[in-house]
Amino acid sequence: MKPINEMKLKFESRSVNEAFGRSAVAAFAAQLDPNIEEISDIKTAVSEAVTNCIVHAYKDTVGTIYIWTSLYADGLVRIRIRDYGCGIENISQAMEPLFTTLGGERAGLGFAVMEGFCDKVRVRSKVGKGTVVTLEKRIKGRDSDD
Amino acid sequence: MAVRIVHSPMRLTVSVSGEIDHHNAAVIRYETDEAIQSSLAPCVRIDFGDVTFMDSSGIGFVMGRYRIVDSYGGCVEVVNLKERIFSMMKLAGLDKYVTLRKKEKGKKNETNK
Ligand SMILES: Nc1ncnc2c1ncn2[C@@H]1O[C@H](COP(=O)(O)OP(=O)(O)OP(=O)(O)O)[C@@H](O)[C@H]1O
Ligand SMILES: [Mg+2]
Repeated sequence: MKPINEMKLKFESRSVNEAFGRSAVAAFAAQLDPNIEEISDIKTAVSEAVTNCIVHAYKDTVGTIYIWTSLYADGLVRIRIRDYGCGIENISQAMEPLFTTLGGERAGLGFAVMEGFCDKVRVRSKVGKGTVVTLEKRIKGRDSDD
Repeated sequence: MAVRIVHSPMRLTVSVSGEIDHHNAAVIRYETDEAIQSSLAPCVRIDFGDVTFMDSSGIGFVMGRYRIVDSYGGCVEVVNLKERIFSMMKLAGLDKYVTLRKKEKGKKNETNK
């Protein structure tokens, strides 16, 4: 299926850009007329993926974060978040709730939150090359009940 | 993004407002921990009534404060939680460690007595 609209973003992995990343995607997806819950779901999931690029992928350096968002006529939003950072050695382990390689104040819940708020989450990664997280969410819209 | 602190003999109240993400959590954490260090009150109440957004950084923030307060035998309660944030915290299992209270409709923030 062909998207009805697409946008591409590219920004530096500075923590101050977390709010920009999630708000930009949410503003673009607003064309599909999502309800408030659905907007919050998108914002939260994107925030998790972008934060992971900043705190894990590019740990002590500043790299580039890419976000592609595609909208489809049937209400599907597909968001791809890519980094050229350290990559993930064991993806299924990384996606387990409470698993974290950072400790401290990280809860290890980022992927669990993405999965909770999206219909589908897919991760591709290569150590030393980077990671692509694909989020998919179907917007039911403001006319629906939830 | 702001943190408001109210001290009373038995309770320290920390009211957080705005969006809690990894970026903002650093300042919120710093100010909260300063207040906890300078207080002898056994109970820390974190008021989420004016929080408009939270990702997993908010869970980490509450868990981190619990660890500090628990180390001296104090307790933590998180109040005025909006439905969405309440269910995220519940899902994360925070209710095993801290008291979670939802926002009551039509009621202003509880006074700190
Ligand atoms: N873009 C990424 N690049 C490299 N490693 C990543 C990336 N995203 C996630 N990871 C790895 O996967 C683990 C789990 O990620 P997840 O977001 O679930 O938890 P967290 O970031 O550690 O904690 P939280 O998101 O709760 O603050 C991370 O600790 C990290 O090791
Ligand atoms: Mg994370």
